[in-house]
Amino acid sequence: MKAFLILEDGTVYEGTSIGVEGSVVSEIVFNTSMTGYLEVLTDPSYAGQAVAMTYPLIGNYGITPDMESGRAWAKGYIVKELSETPSNFRCEGTVQEFLKEQGISGIAGVDTRALTKRLREKGTMNGMITTDSDFVLDEILSEIREYEVGDVVSEVTCDRRHILEGAGCRVALLDLGEKKSIQESLQKRGCEVEVFPAGTSAEEILGSCPDGIMLSNGPGNPESCRTIIREIKRIYESGIPVFAICLGHQLMALANGARTYKLKYGHRGGNHPVRDLGSGRVYISSQNHGYAVDADTLDESVAEETFVNVNDGTNEGFSYLGKNIFTVQFHPEASPGPQDTGFLFDRFIDMMKGA
Amino acid sequence: MPKNSAIKKVLVIGSGPIVIGQAAEFDYAGTQACRALKEEGVEVVLLNSNPATIMTDKEIADHVYIEPLTAEVVEQLILKERPDSILPTLGGQAALNLAMELAEKGFLKEHHVQLTGTTADTIKKAEDRQEFKRTMEKIGEPCAPSLVVENVEDGLEFAREIGYPVVLRPAYTLGGSGGGIAHDVKQMAEILENGLRLSRAGQVLVERSIAGWKEIEYEVMRDGRGNCITVCSMENIDPVGVHTGDSIVVAPSQTLGDKEYQMLRTSALNIIDELGITGGCNVQFALNPESFEYCVIEVNPRVSRSSALASKATGYPIAKVAAKIALGYTLDEIPNAVTGKTCACFEPVLDYCVVKMPRLPFDKFISAKHTLTTQMKATGEVMSICDNFEGALMKAIRSLEQHVDSLMSDFCCGLSKKEMLEELRIVDDRRIWKIAEALRHEISDDEICGVTKIDRWFIDKIANLVRMEQRLKGVKGGTIDAELLWEAKRMEFPDSVIAKLTEKTEKQIRKMRYDIGIRASYRMVDTCAAEFVAETPYYYSVYGGENEVRQTSGKKKVLVLGSGPIRIGQGIEFDFCSVHCTWAFKKQGYETIIVNNNPETVSTDFDIADKLYFEPLTPEDVESIVELEKPDGAVVQFGGQTAIKLTQALTEMGVTIFGTAAEDVDAAEDRELFDRILEQCRIPRPKGETVYTAQEAKDAAKRLGYPVLVRPSYVLGGQGMQIAVSGQDIDTFIGIINQVAQEHPILVDKYMQGKEIEVDAICDGTDILIPGIMEHIERAGIHSGDSVSVYPARSISEKAKQTIEEYTKRLAKALHIVGLINIQFIVCGESVYVIEVNPRSSRTVPYISKVTGIPIVPLAVRAMTGERIREMGYAPGLQPEADYFAVKMPVFSFEKIRGADVSLGPEMKSTGECLGIAKSFEEAIYKAFSGAGIRLPKYKNVIISVREDDKKEAAAIGRRFAAIGYRIYATKGTAEALRAAGVEVTQVNKLEEKSPNLLDLILGHEIDLVIDTPHQGSEHAKDGFIIRRNAIETGVNVLTAIDTAKALIKSLENTEREKITLIDIAEDSFGRKTRWQ
Repeated sequence: MKAFLILEDGTVYEGTSIGVEGSVVSEIVFNTSMTGYLEVLTDPSYAGQAVAMTYPLIGNYGITPDMESGRAWAKGYIVKELSETPSNFRCEGTVQEFLKEQGISGIAGVDTRALTKRLREKGTMNGMITTDSDFVLDEILSEIREYEVGDVVSEVTCDRRHILEGAGCRVALLDLGEKKSIQESLQKRGCEVEVFPAGTSAEEILGSCPDGIMLSNGPGNPESCRTIIREIKRIYESGIPVFAICLGHQLMALANGARTYKLKYGHRGGNHPVRDLGSGRVYISSQNHGYAVDADTLDESVAEETFVNVNDGTNEGFSYLGKNIFTVQFHPEASPGPQDTGFLFDRFIDMMKGA
Repeated sequence: MPKNSAIKKVLVIGSGPIVIGQAAEFDYAGTQACRALKEEGVEVVLLNSNPATIMTDKEIADHVYIEPLTAEVVEQLILKERPDSILPTLGGQAALNLAMELAEKGFLKEHHVQLTGTTADTIKKAEDRQEFKRTMEKIGEPCAPSLVVENVEDGLEFAREIGYPVVLRPAYTLGGSGGGIAHDVKQMAEILENGLRLSRAGQVLVERSIAGWKEIEYEVMRDGRGNCITVCSMENIDPVGVHTGDSIVVAPSQTLGDKEYQMLRTSALNIIDELGITGGCNVQFALNPESFEYCVIEVNPRVSRSSALASKATGYPIAKVAAKIALGYTLDEIPNAVTGKTCACFEPVLDYCVVKMPRLPFDKFISAKHTLTTQMKATGEVMSICDNFEGALMKAIRSLEQHVDSLMSDFCCGLSKKEMLEELRIVDDRRIWKIAEALRHEISDDEICGVTKIDRWFIDKIANLVRMEQRLKGVKGGTIDAELLWEAKRMEFPDSVIAKLTEKTEKQIRKMRYDIGIRASYRMVDTCAAEFVAETPYYYSVYGGENEVRQTSGKKKVLVLGSGPIRIGQGIEFDFCSVHCTWAFKKQGYETIIVNNNPETVSTDFDIADKLYFEPLTPEDVESIVELEKPDGAVVQFGGQTAIKLTQALTEMGVTIFGTAAEDVDAAEDRELFDRILEQCRIPRPKGETVYTAQEAKDAAKRLGYPVLVRPSYVLGGQGMQIAVSGQDIDTFIGIINQVAQEHPILVDKYMQGKEIEVDAICDGTDILIPGIMEHIERAGIHSGDSVSVYPARSISEKAKQTIEEYTKRLAKALHIVGLINIQFIVCGESVYVIEVNPRSSRTVPYISKVTGIPIVPLAVRAMTGERIREMGYAPGLQPEADYFAVKMPVFSFEKIRGADVSLGPEMKSTGECLGIAKSFEEAIYKAFSGAGIRLPKYKNVIISVREDDKKEAAAIGRRFAAIGYRIYATKGTAEALRAAGVEVTQVNKLEEKSPNLLDLILGHEIDLVIDTPHQGSEHAKDGFIIRRNAIETGVNVLTAIDTAKALIKSLENTEREKITLIDIAEDSFGRKTRWQ
């Protein structure tokens, strides 16, 4: 079946449908990872967005147990070519089947390189994936333009608090759209992890008397998370060690008076170099964010910048002065992407142990 | 970390002559490194014995020494030039071993020379088998478990521990004989017992078998601060068991999930970190396809063939970055030249698929086994880029120039299913075609995977191509619908193949395409999948995508056609010429465009030409580029036969050929036209005739008188050329020639034994310039590429030289040569005959340019753009001789090709060359032999076994060897001849006679040299063949031409000297005499 990708600037790409029938409007972003398409599809941070993969051959190893959450969160999936006969010893099915099962729209046969260039030049845009070939461009363009990702954190967070067993440090994990690899990174280090829904009050979290609090990644515009920011400010003041990733990092900064802004086309991929300003070392990191913290807006007496992106100089991390709090924009839990900064979890453990 | 300011003068060691396993990639790496060092203001001293390289140009380094790569030479060079550092990791294993030898001796320390980049300790940790294993154990990285055992019981015990199958390798046996794979206890006991008996040391290595696992490589970089990145992952389509150099390789890895990918990536980074490598490094893994189990196969602590491939596949300049790291920079301080904005500390991402295929030399070694093993056999490789795997594979296949443009071939036609499955079991160069054929036989993917262990994903892609063939066949002369044509082109089916399958003509297909608007578009290789704006003009084609080629300057445009994969007969020399041609056109104000497909070369570095198209060199692929670029002209003279073959097609496209016109190129290659020209010019040539059948050939031979030379008319490196002494020989050769498609007639020439002379000349249409005359040491009959060549010619008269100059002038004029011409002559006394004319750049151009100091290629380009030789500051004619002798010595890779006959003849067999330059002929030839690895004496024992007509000369040679203290061994006939001439000789038994015979002597490692001249004609004496093969495989030098032996003894007689004189060819005084301003 034919499918179309229509951008808000009027560009139309024709391809083949690889997902469910119908139309879906979302924000269109691109990811440059060459492996890990499944982790991308199931990463809650993509809620409200359709992802285009720049690598042209997707689905080569099919569907494996490597899910970052219970389901696919991306609203749409855009590829050049999707493998019909995947091959891997863990393969349980094809991406096509998975998309249909999950009710996701998808389109193959798109010149994803041309699309990427367009997004790079014009910035992230909204778009529609549709299987309706009778669309009238003028009519749907306004619908596409009006789309907003909105408050997606409440959609992706878990329903109720729950505990993942462990014998070591007790970590309260605030689930803002958490990737499973974050809890696994903690569990691998022996932690007991209690996961809290995004709307949980600071009081309730602190009431569970954790050794440390982990703020997860998540989707959407950080500034729209007003209530959560307020609660995070309380967590900040509690004196309990905090480690935050991605959206969690942004919210902690916002809680301390910083501002965030939307990047032209975001950072999504597994090859982003970040410099540790303390040691001068550069690490290759996994990234997925459309917003960034404006480091200049965070008071120097509150936090110091610890990591910057080597490519464009954007902020990648803070350490909060006088607090056991450090936060990073990138993803030390990898999945997909390089595991080079996994040591940050060890640092968090040490912090909780008071080492 | 800023640049280390203590590094002011660096010695860069190259990799020496091209041999299998160490090829042009090190010229690419070395050149890039030298340029990077010079960019940083570092004084560069370069040592490389290979004159055909760009790196030995005086523009590349400050001091250039084309000298043998021996420890003695390096020591002497260090004392002379006093560098503060050596960069040892860019010249392959050859350079690394030399540097290590000097480091271990303490020589470097004593003379305050440091190894920059990676240290000696690190190199040792990575290279020494035991130390490496220990290091891997320390950091918990798995290696395939192995143990050396001396009895069957220990072996069985160990096998029980590690599990079957196990690989058994007896120590010190010839070519791994006595080894094998054991799948159970019974096989194990059998093979092990036999292996222990065969091994002279009584030892067998028992190793867990990982054959059939996926072979995955990572190219990794690390700087002095510990920043690590991976540049590229590569997956071998052929599983573990085939050398990666002989494998079809795809980048990035295709069948690995992120979990597997990151697991191996992390392992690679841990390893490079533990070893403390600063610079580039290659890590090879075997990955169990059924689990996450893996083991580390090997680490190369240096720039390698794989890193050249990774550089070209990603656009990330590994060698350049490695050189900067060696100077102390960190990765984040080095800019990414591709984007100009980001830095070198990132990981390239690809938005395309890269396929590399090996170019194997079995067309040259008919007797050799085609099997692929862990011993590399390929002489070169091609790379292709496309946005789908099928397309990339199709492009790679046609880039190989092996008369096959698709997965259809004649192999295995008419086999039964059972036979087909048996064929699949054989791991050889045809496997991918066999898989396609098996799929056509409806053998299932599963069965094919089971037998070949190639991942299903690849088999399935091959199946897609086979299905497309069938869909096209289904058209049966009817109309092709647009969608099918689009799909076929997306998979890169060439028009010619589509035409054949659909029973149409190529022209019809092209017209259909153009009518529908199916045209190739070009995309950029930008290291970042379009995330950032890139500036590199490095392109590949796809069907169905946005065209990204920018039309820039208003300058005139020239299209330079490269020489494709490196193969015997068409080597790195042509890349040297292509690069210099590009630079020369740039200097003339042209916009330069290179088309080539060889990832190992300098020409495919994206900053050589203004635009690089990484594409196959077929008429269709070139036409697509021509239509887009509309060049003002194309150059075909410098890309060897590959480029010349495109002349006609280019002319039909309406492209002007710069330099000699197409019809004149034809005239030189067409026997009848050429004969007429020779007649007009009153130039004699050996009598010959043009024939089509074996019978005609025999009749011609009878008229001419045996021996005769038989060869196809369009030739490359003497392909298919043989000396025939009988009608039976003719039958055999014509049979062989006709194995490959022959549209051209066969030539039969009277074979003349005289001095073979070679000349390269530049012609501007009126005047010629001959930089020098070269003379071959071996008499005619041995391919010029395999002959030892001496400049200036020493043994022909002044009169003969004048005749040569005159004939060259007449021929260049008659053929309307504008640019280069290469002519081979035979001189018998004062008579000069022409035997071959090539209206193009030749193999000898780089060498003769270097030794005469005359920049032949740039001058030829200036002639092609209308300048006169007189305006270039040269007086026309033969230039004065240099006061140096330069000897070019061929280098062979026989030990790598099992079953190849090492005897020399009209068919070229050498893979590379080295040079000896000195004031005296004796020293020059000594250097040349030494550079080629013939370093005598060790034992002072020589075996002589020659054919009847060489016996007289053999006696003289024997006498001279005896005089300098050698013991001479000979078989009966030769012994008698030597004894009769008064030479003391030890007679030994022939092969079939009882021990100790010749073979025992050779295998006993007590022999320095075997001089064995085979009988002429195809009846290769079996004994001789076995002797030569065994000698080669035990590392004994073998000479098969009496003239080479004579030259060698001459060099030995004169080299009781302690030291040789090193010559810096970049010094102003060098070659000054030849310049004639």
